[in-house]
Amino acid sequence: MQISDNWIDIAYLISAILFVLGIKGLTKPKTAVRGNMLAAAGMGVACVVTLLHRDIVTYEIIIAGVIVGGVIGAILAKKVQMTAMPQLVALLNGFGGGASFAVAAAEFFRGGHPDVVGIIATGAAVLIGAVTLTGSFVAFAKLQELIGGKPMGFPGMKLVNALLLIGSLVAIGYLVMNPGTPLVFWALAIAAAVLGVLLVLPIGGADMPVVIALLNSYSGIAASAAGFVMGNSALIVTGSLVGASGLILTQIMCKAMNRSLTNVLFGVMAEAGEAMDQDEVYEGKIKSTSAEEVAMVLETAQRVVIVPGFGLAMAQAQHAVRELADTIEAHGGEVEYAIHPVAGRMPGHMNVLLAEAEVPYDKLKDMDAINPTFEQTDVAIVLGANDVTNPLAREDKGSPIYGMPILNVDKAKTVVVVKRSLSPGFAGLPNPLFAKDNTLMLFGDGKGAVVDITTALKEG
Amino acid sequence: MDFVAQLTLFVLAIFLGVELITKVPPTLHTPLMSGSNAISGITLVGALIAAGSDAGLLINVLGFIAVVLATINVIGGFMVTNRMLAMFKRK
Repeated sequence: MQISDNWIDIAYLISAILFVLGIKGLTKPKTAVRGNMLAAAGMGVACVVTLLHRDIVTYEIIIAGVIVGGVIGAILAKKVQMTAMPQLVALLNGFGGGASFAVAAAEFFRGGHPDVVGIIATGAAVLIGAVTLTGSFVAFAKLQELIGGKPMGFPGMKLVNALLLIGSLVAIGYLVMNPGTPLVFWALAIAAAVLGVLLVLPIGGADMPVVIALLNSYSGIAASAAGFVMGNSALIVTGSLVGASGLILTQIMCKAMNRSLTNVLFGVMAEAGEAMDQDEVYEGKIKSTSAEEVAMVLETAQRVVIVPGFGLAMAQAQHAVRELADTIEAHGGEVEYAIHPVAGRMPGHMNVLLAEAEVPYDKLKDMDAINPTFEQTDVAIVLGANDVTNPLAREDKGSPIYGMPILNVDKAKTVVVVKRSLSPGFAGLPNPLFAKDNTLMLFGDGKGAVVDITTALKEG
Repeated sequence: MDFVAQLTLFVLAIFLGVELITKVPPTLHTPLMSGSNAISGITLVGALIAAGSDAGLLINVLGFIAVVLATINVIGGFMVTNRMLAMFKRK
């Protein structure tokens, strides 16, 4: 059965409406599940109606592709651990870019749209799609620790990147003049793929939230470009929705680190004005404590704030933390969680982990909401977070992180920092918080330490 | 559809996207990302047309690759988003 293009476009309009309503649902935790369902329904409408498109003559390849992709997708979605969400999203970004690349390539070799706009859109879809594909795989490899999380590069890397980008743009220009040159097309694809790798390699592990959000945006823009190639309204609208979403998240992440996007992508962190000596900051001022001592402090605490960081995810300590919070509440204390926007490896990472451990979402407070309350907080427990609590960002104008918004944990009556050692965080700076009079250091494995405190509190 | 109409759609959709997304609370940013992954799997629509056409082997191969990748995004994205959101729902 075939239907006219008008009906197909009307069906695409319906799916676009469903996507918009779906995202709208995501603005509240209560309506979010329904929102996701609406978006999925929109996808269903778009796909079913496309199967009736007049260009589709065989279904064997489609069925095979859908089965292979569906099985892989379902397995990924079922098996992934919540701590590994950043890796999964990085991978999905890459697949999205790859799909747009392949669609644009197919359209190019079909030679259906020889006009200038069509070729430029094809070039854009290939360039952005390939960069997204390989860049996301590098991000995945870094997050999965297949390769080191440290920035990697070589002298002249920026020059090579600039040449690759200019070369890609020249190739697109050449294709506009001579659309029938497959060799130039593949050269463009390869240059873009290499560019994707080189763009993400020099970015460090802690900047991954920004990179993932940006690649998320790219995958949307690539889909949109593919839509321009095919003259398909569904792709254009949906791709730009996703592109906007990624851009906003990128902006939020950059703001939370007080760095510009250019600085995250191409810069290294500024050198410290005067080299901060770790020994000078810590010497004789560190008070090491035990789980029993922490339990004694917690026993009488009225208000406790838990500050999770990436270390919580590393230690898979979210369930242990929930147990500790339950125990504190059983002793009459109130517990809330302070979530810095860049805590973890992607936007909202900590929230998902704590939600998995059944922490009610209204106890998860963002930075602006929780900061004024630290002065009325008896105990702040810092778990695997470092730079986002560093008072240097507030006080030391010469510090490279000066101006970065931080969680003011040092204002709490007592601060307990659970940490393996005094090693610095990603910024490579000593943290004067550890040396404050009201700070107790509990050295050890994050999960083990939390379990020990809980046990001591239950027994005490 | 002519280019200007396409561009109009593109620009308006970006504005709509910005309005919508700024209202999503930080606590739901991870599901928002996986959900938008799923939605960007809309490329599947283009992939289906390429995979099912009779334009030659190369087109079909590229179409097949695109169908597989986009389906992973759609199925994987919606399922994992649903899994996460279900955790936020319970109180």
